[in-house]
Amino acid sequence: MSDPAYKRVRLARDKDRPTGLDYIRHIFDGFMELHGDRRYGDDPAIVGGIARLGELPVTVIAIEKGHTAKERTFRNFGAPNPEGYRKALRLMKQAEKFGRPVICFIDTSGAYCGIGAEERGQGQAIAENLMEMSALRVPVISVLIGEGGSGGALALAVADRVWMLQNAVYSVISPEGCASILWKDAAKAEKAAESLRLTAEDAQRFGIIERILPEKDLGRPEFYAAIRTLLSEEINELNHDPERTEHRYERFRRIGVSAVTKESL
Amino acid sequence: MALMNFLKPKNQLEEGGRTSAPVLRDTGEPEQNCPNCHKDIPLSRLLANHMVCPCGHHFRMKARQRILMITDRSSFREMYASVKADNPLDFPGYTEKVETIRTASSENEAVVCGTAAIDGRKCAIFAMEASFMMGSMGSAVGEKITSLFEYAAEYRLPVIGFTVSGGARMQEGLLSLMQMAKTSAAVKRHSDAGLLYVAVLTDPTTGGVTASFAMEADIILAEPGATVGFAGARVIEQTTKSALPDGFQKSEFVLAHGFIDSIVPRSGQRNCLSEILKMHEGGQSDE
Repeated sequence: MSDPAYKRVRLARDKDRPTGLDYIRHIFDGFMELHGDRRYGDDPAIVGGIARLGELPVTVIAIEKGHTAKERTFRNFGAPNPEGYRKALRLMKQAEKFGRPVICFIDTSGAYCGIGAEERGQGQAIAENLMEMSALRVPVISVLIGEGGSGGALALAVADRVWMLQNAVYSVISPEGCASILWKDAAKAEKAAESLRLTAEDAQRFGIIERILPEKDLGRPEFYAAIRTLLSEEINELNHDPERTEHRYERFRRIGVSAVTKESL
Repeated sequence: MALMNFLKPKNQLEEGGRTSAPVLRDTGEPEQNCPNCHKDIPLSRLLANHMVCPCGHHFRMKARQRILMITDRSSFREMYASVKADNPLDFPGYTEKVETIRTASSENEAVVCGTAAIDGRKCAIFAMEASFMMGSMGSAVGEKITSLFEYAAEYRLPVIGFTVSGGARMQEGLLSLMQMAKTSAAVKRHSDAGLLYVAVLTDPTTGGVTASFAMEADIILAEPGATVGFAGARVIEQTTKSALPDGFQKSEFVLAHGFIDSIVPRSGQRNCLSEILKMHEGGQSDE
């Protein structure tokens, strides 16, 4: 019997969990941050740049929540604005140009719900990422390390491989939001968390992720070393698949097919 | 998407639109009160005018009515009509809810797809249905839209799509979310084949549909006064604790911010779409 789903939600949101930048610092060497979307601004909620994975140059992109109160405010609590998604896309296109694999770390309650975010096209920014990532010619691996909040998380997760930490969650809506809409009662979030099937095991069962990363050594050197090894092996495998982009299309194409009925006419 | 649905604009998504149900008057003829000019308009008059009030207010319209309004008589051939969602998550109450809506709306799902002709030019067409769980996208909607774009890519057809949606359908959880990626990938392939896609955003187009195929068209049109946005207005108010600007998330506001190409009233849509198809005929030939 696994833990109740809502306990996973609390763990996924735990302030003491490693954040995106922790993964970048401990897994890669020589990280150089590259700022800005070249359109409007630089979103501190998304960090991106170039780094080495062992010997291999890669592009790394991470949603960053921050640790201290000051950091969390600066990072907008990991809720990206359109500029963040556009910066991510710019860096992915740059990676494609130079043949670098792309690795994303995702941890967000969702894309930011703000007036400015709407004015600057939050929906359009996410849509463009989904469209362009689906056809990116370099390998893409996305790792959900904490909260995977809906479209704001998916906008960095149209990848060849999607992995989740054991206690990360991935959901179309927050359990509180779901409970509030369906049952007019945010207190029914526990029931909603159960119903939404948002745990890593659920996501794997539905074919939405390939791998669950254990949290036994969370935050310790051996934890990051294990992820580094897995990333290197996986990128090596993806680099030897000439049909990679086609396979990425098929990966998403088949999701939900068995959830519909087509009556014969 | 569902996140934006957290708290929805009043009387829009949840309560079936800004319009009240038609009321039977003394004369025996049903009338509908217009939320813009506040007059009672005979339903027959509205129907004859494609559900547009004399004051210009655009009421919601059924998907099939739209397709009939836009396409050449008898040219529409429906596709994927039998595709229906199951209850893949065993989500409480979902099966019953969908069955009730299927009966009430006479639709199997929240989108109608097919091929048709506009002034003799063939196209693939889809129209979403507001009365079916507010046009929310689950596996069936995602599968139908994806299949339509794949079909259009194979037969080198332009796609015309009318959107209306509250976002991703939360009762199908992650499977709904993934339809955003799946449909976007199909739009991308259709686009990379040099083919035209025109979207017409109608009230409301929000959440996961805005953040996927609604915003991915070559030409994005919208109806006057339609709500077009990602997050729900009330959740933005609560998050930011500030008053929303006038006309926030209305199509005129979105146009002013550069995210749609043009606002086209219903009366002009057929001609507009016909002209656009005509100007892109070259784009449909094999290179």
